[in-house]
Amino acid sequence: MAIPLAPELRRKRTRERLRTLGFLSPWLVGFTVFFGYPLLATVYFSFMHYNQIQSPTFVGLRNWRYVLEQMPLFGPALWNTLWLVVVMVALRVAFGLGIGLLVTKVKTGAGFFRTAFYLPYLAPPVAATVAFVFLLNPGTGPVNEALSAVGVSAPNWFNDPDWAKPSLVLLSLWGIGDLMVIFMASLLDVPKEQYEAAELDGAGAFAKFRYVTWPSIVPIVMFAVVTGVVQTMQYYTQALVAGKLASGVSIGPGTVIQPGYPDHSTLTVPQLVYSLGFQNFNTGAACVLSLVLFAIAMAVTSLLMRKRAGLLTAED
Amino acid sequence: MHTTAVAVALFFVLPFVFVFLTSVMSDDQAMSGDLWPHEWNWSNYAAVFNTPGFLDWWRNSLLYAGLGTLFTVCSSVPVAYALAKFRFRGRRTALVLVISTMMLPPQVIVIPMYLVWAQQLHLSGSLWPLIIPMAFGDAYSIFLLRQFLLTIPKEYLESAKVDGCGELRTLLGIVVPMAKPGIAAVALFQFFYCWNDYFGPQIYAAQNPGAWTLSYGLESFKSAHSVNWNLTMAATLLVMAPVIVVFFFAQKAFVEGVTLTGVKG
Repeated sequence: MAIPLAPELRRKRTRERLRTLGFLSPWLVGFTVFFGYPLLATVYFSFMHYNQIQSPTFVGLRNWRYVLEQMPLFGPALWNTLWLVVVMVALRVAFGLGIGLLVTKVKTGAGFFRTAFYLPYLAPPVAATVAFVFLLNPGTGPVNEALSAVGVSAPNWFNDPDWAKPSLVLLSLWGIGDLMVIFMASLLDVPKEQYEAAELDGAGAFAKFRYVTWPSIVPIVMFAVVTGVVQTMQYYTQALVAGKLASGVSIGPGTVIQPGYPDHSTLTVPQLVYSLGFQNFNTGAACVLSLVLFAIAMAVTSLLMRKRAGLLTAED
Repeated sequence: MHTTAVAVALFFVLPFVFVFLTSVMSDDQAMSGDLWPHEWNWSNYAAVFNTPGFLDWWRNSLLYAGLGTLFTVCSSVPVAYALAKFRFRGRRTALVLVISTMMLPPQVIVIPMYLVWAQQLHLSGSLWPLIIPMAFGDAYSIFLLRQFLLTIPKEYLESAKVDGCGELRTLLGIVVPMAKPGIAAVALFQFFYCWNDYFGPQIYAAQNPGAWTLSYGLESFKSAHSVNWNLTMAATLLVMAPVIVVFFFAQKAFVEGVTLTGVKG
């Protein structure tokens, strides 16, 4: 015989449900209004011709064809973003791990080194970029002055299409502090006994790293790679500011300049979205490109979810 | 090992040194290749502060970062608490959605959002389109706080319930005091995010220099003083300074936050 739920119990359930809703309400509203709506609207506008003055008209797949088949800057932007995703993330992870190893090994002045390695990460991206454009400027920059003093022929850094992206990578390595801290913490977590056991077995420095350190930090390396990929797909501010400043174009408010100086070499997909939507007022094409970016981001995120299932299950 | 560390430290420290040395050079010398200032022009800093608009940018940055942080913390703590400690249907889905939003490039949804703020609400030309959404939870902060709240033992919450505390009183009286380090880390991250934000002010405030923030204004500062690297470097240091000062006061909370994002869980 089924026992009917006692009225108090049912009331309690309702109360709990309302309580949960109440606590979640800021996010429920925020998610709907500032995420759900604009995402649907982006899909809607991707099928519309809309210059933000006249009302939108339906054009079917024309924006999609234009972006994917005809738009001259789509290829370079996608290439640059992918280049940065591969090179910047790989070098940042390797360098971050190296710096992490270094600060865990250093005996004297560890506090000083940790602070010194961490500080640049705190520099606001615009400020750090302005500083690097100055440091690396081919005319009077201290770096090229120093290089020519020792007889090395220096590249033109942000002013050379072949060197602009590597210069951005250099800037990103300067701000390695976030990865350094993560790797440092995980390296200190490796049990000491395992190193001692490996030493008893006659393992050298490399073997110890390969067979003791590496297996225990692999999850953190994975985490650094995937979050690095997600961040680099959004890469915008540094590339834009470096391109603008290196081009030497004096810009007042409202001046339209082509992003990606020199030769579109620093043009990333997010910059192209901005340029299409807010400079050319080609809302439809900008929304198509947004959705392409969204698709890539979601693919990476689902990869992250699978690799980091621990994020969701570590709760109880 | 030590030699390597010193060499690497130079890579991190020298940029600051060169930026500082250039910031006190005379106009003429800043255009030369000299590395050491002939005379120390501290007045460059006064000149930066006297640049029209510079003080407004400071005020706007403080307003954006201050209000943004306050709103984010107040709206994200209850959501994080519910996701960490309540059991309800759809909790996992909610968590997946929070993480997905966290990963989303802001450029993906910016166009329709801009159209709403500009055409329907007529708030473009100000920072409000950036500040108001922060009163509705921030995915990254929610996620971070949830990770932190998971570490609070259930027993504390249950004993509060036995004492007859309602959920809201449990949250404010027990959870929030225990979660102070986590809240501090989230507040710092959000403050820095707002302080550093360039994309947001570019979208909403570009057409109104009176609403610019330091991060946004700095780049136009360089464009306006296209030859004056010395003033630009002084301004650059003035934009970096608050962040670095805050860091030295709150180092522990900061490192705690960074490790929270990745290592635990």
